[in-house]
Amino acid sequence: MGLSAAAPLWGPPGLLLAIALHPALSVPPRRDYCVLGAGPAGLQMAYFLQRAGRDYAVFERAPRPGSFFTRYPRHRKLISINKRYTGKANAEFNLRHDWNSLLSHDPRLLFRHYSRAYFPDARDMVRYLGDFADTLGLRVQYNTTIAHVTLDKDRQAWNGHYFILTDQKGQVHQCSVLFVATGLSVPNQVDFPGSEYAEGYESVSVDPEDFVGQNVLILGRGNSAFETAENILGVTNFIHMLSRSRVRLSWATHYVGDLRAINNGLLDTYQLKSLDGLLESDLTDLAILKDSKGKFHVTPKFFLEEANTNQSADSITLPQDDNDNFAMRVPYDRVIRCLGWNFDFSIFNKSLRLNSGNAFGKKYPLIRASYESKGSRGLFILGTASHSVDYRKSAGGFIHGFRYTVRAVHRLLEHRHHSVTWPATELPITQLTSSIVRRVNEASGLYQMFGVLADVILLKENSTAFEYLEEFPIQMLAQLETLTGRKAKHGLFVINMEYGRNFSGPDKDVFFDDRSVGHTEDAWQSNFLHPVIYYYRYLPTGEQEVRFRPAHWPLPRPTAIHHIVEDFLTDWTAPIGHILPLRRFLENCLDTDLRSFYAESCFLFALTRQKLPPFCQQGYLRMQGLVSTESLWQHRVESRLLRDYAPTGRRLEDSSQQLGDQEPLGSPLAPGPLAQSVDSNKEEL
Amino acid sequence: MFSGFNVFRVGISFVIMCIFYMPTVNSLPELSPQKYFSTLQPGKASLAYFCQADSPRTSVFLEELNEAVRPLQDYGISVAKVNCVKEEISRYCGKEKDLMKAYLFKGNILLREFPTDTLFDVNAIVAHVLFEVKYITNLEDLQNIENALKGKANIIFSYVRAIGIPEHRAVMEAAFVYGTTYQFVLTTEIALLESIGSEDVEYAHLYFFHCKLVLDLTQQCRRTLMEQPLTTLNIHLFIKTMKAPLLTEVAEDPQQVSTVHLQLGLPLVFIVSQQATYEADRRTAEWVAWRLLGKAGVLLLLRDSLEVNIPQDANVVFKRAEEGVPVEFLVLHDVDLIISHVENNMHIEEIQEDEDNDMEGPDIDVQDDEVAETVFRDRKRKLPLELTVELTEETFNATVMASDSIVLFYAGWQAVSMAFLQSYIDVAVKLKGTSTMLLTRINCADWSDVCTKQNVTEFPIIKMYKKGENPVSYAGMLGTEDLLKFIQLNRISYPVNITSIQEAEEYLSGELYKDLILYSSVSVLGLFSPTMKTAKEDFSEAGNYLKGYVITGIYSEEDVLLLSTKYAASLPALLLARHTEGKIESIPLASTHAQDIVQIITDALLEMFPEITVENLPSYFRLQKPLLILFSDGTVNPQYKKAILTLVKQKYLDSFTPCWLNLKNTPVGRGILRAYFDPLPPLPLLVLVNLHSGGQVFAFPSDQAIIEENLVLWLKKLEAGLENHITILPAQEWKPPLPAYDFLSMIDAATSQRGTRKVPKCMKETDVQENDKEQHEDKSAVRKEPIETLRIKHWNRSNWFKEAEKSFRRDKELGCSKVN
Repeated sequence: MGLSAAAPLWGPPGLLLAIALHPALSVPPRRDYCVLGAGPAGLQMAYFLQRAGRDYAVFERAPRPGSFFTRYPRHRKLISINKRYTGKANAEFNLRHDWNSLLSHDPRLLFRHYSRAYFPDARDMVRYLGDFADTLGLRVQYNTTIAHVTLDKDRQAWNGHYFILTDQKGQVHQCSVLFVATGLSVPNQVDFPGSEYAEGYESVSVDPEDFVGQNVLILGRGNSAFETAENILGVTNFIHMLSRSRVRLSWATHYVGDLRAINNGLLDTYQLKSLDGLLESDLTDLAILKDSKGKFHVTPKFFLEEANTNQSADSITLPQDDNDNFAMRVPYDRVIRCLGWNFDFSIFNKSLRLNSGNAFGKKYPLIRASYESKGSRGLFILGTASHSVDYRKSAGGFIHGFRYTVRAVHRLLEHRHHSVTWPATELPITQLTSSIVRRVNEASGLYQMFGVLADVILLKENSTAFEYLEEFPIQMLAQLETLTGRKAKHGLFVINMEYGRNFSGPDKDVFFDDRSVGHTEDAWQSNFLHPVIYYYRYLPTGEQEVRFRPAHWPLPRPTAIHHIVEDFLTDWTAPIGHILPLRRFLENCLDTDLRSFYAESCFLFALTRQKLPPFCQQGYLRMQGLVSTESLWQHRVESRLLRDYAPTGRRLEDSSQQLGDQEPLGSPLAPGPLAQSVDSNKEEL
Repeated sequence: MFSGFNVFRVGISFVIMCIFYMPTVNSLPELSPQKYFSTLQPGKASLAYFCQADSPRTSVFLEELNEAVRPLQDYGISVAKVNCVKEEISRYCGKEKDLMKAYLFKGNILLREFPTDTLFDVNAIVAHVLFEVKYITNLEDLQNIENALKGKANIIFSYVRAIGIPEHRAVMEAAFVYGTTYQFVLTTEIALLESIGSEDVEYAHLYFFHCKLVLDLTQQCRRTLMEQPLTTLNIHLFIKTMKAPLLTEVAEDPQQVSTVHLQLGLPLVFIVSQQATYEADRRTAEWVAWRLLGKAGVLLLLRDSLEVNIPQDANVVFKRAEEGVPVEFLVLHDVDLIISHVENNMHIEEIQEDEDNDMEGPDIDVQDDEVAETVFRDRKRKLPLELTVELTEETFNATVMASDSIVLFYAGWQAVSMAFLQSYIDVAVKLKGTSTMLLTRINCADWSDVCTKQNVTEFPIIKMYKKGENPVSYAGMLGTEDLLKFIQLNRISYPVNITSIQEAEEYLSGELYKDLILYSSVSVLGLFSPTMKTAKEDFSEAGNYLKGYVITGIYSEEDVLLLSTKYAASLPALLLARHTEGKIESIPLASTHAQDIVQIITDALLEMFPEITVENLPSYFRLQKPLLILFSDGTVNPQYKKAILTLVKQKYLDSFTPCWLNLKNTPVGRGILRAYFDPLPPLPLLVLVNLHSGGQVFAFPSDQAIIEENLVLWLKKLEAGLENHITILPAQEWKPPLPAYDFLSMIDAATSQRGTRKVPKCMKETDVQENDKEQHEDKSAVRKEPIETLRIKHWNRSNWFKEAEKSFRRDKELGCSKVN
């Protein structure tokens, strides 16, 4: 249905244009925004462009969105969780535990309506993406394979050049801004003697029957390798897994791209003395030889070099000939390669200078923290391919992460090309604590893209008000003013979510005793994901500050820092444990008193002091004071935060007592040292 | 003596071990961890020995511990054996059996931990737990201790009148904390005190003996007497100043210099020095430093390397502890002059101690926000929430569309919201069954999206949804009465269209909306001729704007002239009916902008001589005039009222806002009076408060009668500047009430110490062993160590880390010197 609806829409005009324009070759159709790929990232960007009323088109090779998911993962089980129940109604909060949905205003387009499985089937993702594109009416040109992308310099263009896209029919599209959301589509291959004997993950059989009674060697140690192993674990003689580095478990690294517990059945059997096993070696140092029976032998490459042949295994010396306990002395029936994926650079002309990153991120194109290519302005990488920004750190390579980074890119462009400043809410300073508490408790973008996207609070003059900006890419903090169109003259706060500095890592024991802290004064040692608030008196714009920040600091050194102590329930609303220390931090940064007061206290201050605290100024004096009820009033007296001024008991009609015999005025609410509350012993053991 | 090194680990949660188990100890209570922690009382010390339940062996240690129960009880320290059982995992209960420890708690704060081999017998247990506060009775004992510690450690010697009195407790508590650093010596003998030359022997005394510096054994230790009363806090502050360097050399702007003294509220004295006289200056400075020890910090200021200019002839710079006070440059040619200057200008901050919390000081973990605290205290009370309809994302739109509704947008975790929710429920109680308006609420912590869609970004917000109208935000006081008034007045729409003269008269007399004038003491009627189209529109806009706050009506029939003639108002005009006074005023409408009309009406609502209340002060406050307030215990005397109203009419009071305050209705007025008067003269009191410029408060002489003549005379004297103010209201800014945790410093400390920290080389053997054992499991704790050294509260901003650092340094020294 969706297919037939989309095809007539886009098929004929595209064809007509092609016929009309092909001979002329002069004025190809020009778009402000072009998106390559109708996967999750491409559709997400299309959604934002559509909502903003922008001129855009999405080009998709396949006839439907999300074609990657029609084949992958091979065993059809997505490892992104589809948590349908959290016990909370807050839709924003629930996105923290929904790793599959894209962002939209339509509550029907939540993934939980598409699958009941905690680890859903990939077919549901395909169905979901199709519905997403159709329901929202996103403008996707299916069956359009962009075969070549090049640059055309033009002074009139937004970025000094247009991107020229040529599709399989030779049709040319001109774009002012190009979003590449093509994912990682090229299987990673490592070249070593005998690598041709390995079957790829992309084509290997998924039928366990094909592996019955076999010795299997799997190259690689990622989720695809373990997923493959998991599938055949029960029927093989044994499975050996070989890769360069030790296995990284995602529950130890807090990185979802590492091995997920759902796939790690082989680790279990390996450690429980069954025949399966893990081995560490660099693949490029190895060779695979085939013997006369068609079995495969693994040997270090130098054996091969010594023999100076690359003949069959029968003719050369193998390690086990010298070293009879060599681990891989048993021949294998099959070798399967599961080494991950690379970005497809092939369609991009050199002029775009779209290069791959450093050794660590070879598979990704090189981009800035704003997701713009370092090589050409106006070219943005979205989705999985943009993961170089936070590889092995955050969730930017996955739907639940890049749906937010896509929104950030969209906001940056709204400002760059349409003079729409980064959306912000302006609030009085009395709302500062609340607005932070609100966000750290519900914001999903902060939570998913911890360390990458952070909220920014820009203070107004004299700190009487502030602007709240959500989910800004914090590595671009130095350019905040130019990127958002907002001013950060009077200081700013950055709200980031962080794990403890030494908590996550492949060899870390994340279950050590005392791994969590409970005391507010130890909050800076919190290990689990928790909010961290940075205060800067000035926007750190210097290269020094931003680039050469202290090691392991996600941000330049702030004027002051606050950690909200980690919470088992990720619910940071405890009045004493979370909100009070936060308020004290904010007060000390702003050098003011952010407490709230009842109208009666404001009344007293108004007549006994020349200055009033912000809460009284912004509330009471504007005739919006907070009146206390009888029962709260009683608590106030009991807590000794307010004196009972009525001479005998509360507001009694008859007062025979003299005023003079009461103790001198020393209201604990006054600025300065504060008297103690009686039961202040809130220390815990 | 117990190694100082261990102090360093106080507060670090280690796995607790134990191998001994003795089932038949009688007086030693045996408890489960949970039980034990539940018995801990604030401020009470308790020694607990954690044992694994399945430990097979009996022990000498338990016998000794049993014997220590009584002596320790004499010092108010309870002793318990805690059996770790599987079901209750306490972090003091460890898994391994080769480490054994006892823990000393104060309240439920961990003070210290002891490996059991340091507690080898009953004496060792008592001594360690009490930190060897040596009790002596004669001078010889004192001299022996003094001699023994020369060159090694300092002594804190105190005399208290008796054991068990508060001073004694204060000393013991200080010993808890500083017992490993200083030798505490205690006496109750007056003779001993006299023999060391003390005066005023009827009071408790505390001396600091500077013995560590003494290298020549024949030399006496210098002594510094603590001059403040013996309280825990004072002793703590005193010891801190003793720990500070005696003399510091600086070469920077004295205004910028800060030492621990300033943080403790003590001034700084800079002795200005130049190269030529450096040696002599330094000697003078040292001499001054000794004299001022505990009273001020002394620094040597090197003029030659100074970048800022200081007056040529100044030889002493004095810096007060108060922030923002400029330094004083002095010329003082005598040491005694310096001393007396300091003593006369010292500002000793009086820090009040709370009986129960004398170790705590102002605690930054204690709630000082009255709204948050009261809401927290009230959290368990059940509110009749069912009187309001709780909305959700699904029901919101349907509900506000279906009926006229008030919606309270709140957040369950926000104190102000929750405080107001109570008033809101009170409104619901009062309106129960009488109102057509549906009272609803929505918790934005749950339904964030709904609130955002309704443009609600702060809490609490109240909006009124009426059919066919845009939602209106309530902008009045967040209290029951004002909201009730808003809801009641909104039963009709404004401005009311009046269609006949008779109806207009009923409207003005209050007959027409009898039940509404309870809520609006004034009714406004706009008079327009039928042709005044824009004026009418503007008035309607103003009336709509004021809906819920004041009753407005409009009359523009053909016969409007009858009304305008009757009330002597030329069109367009406003008629203002004050129902309480039964008066009708007319106000010509010169400008007809809606905003101006709103302004005119709100101004007209102000009374000439109002009773000032918590609710109405803001309306008068914004006039920016000095307040002339008559404080009255009950209703104002009609004669006084008459006198003041006469003055108002005679224009004597145009530059003031005259008002009166009924202490019966507004009891907080007593707090105000107390700020103005000391002692408080009898009521009534007439006071002029210059709130907006200068803050002076003038009092009308209470021996004069409040009659016109006296008032006029007084006002004239005021005007002429002949009256003295009785007080000036403080112009203090509202600064942070307490410091915040300085996590940045803690992080820095952890980073810098991880690199430099080394285990002291000369440790007790047991410590070395223990250290080895703990190394592996200690890994995670290393990070925490520098900070958690003292769980005593941080007294000053950013002092927390310094404190820890110092004790770390101290520990390193002591690890070497104090082991015995």
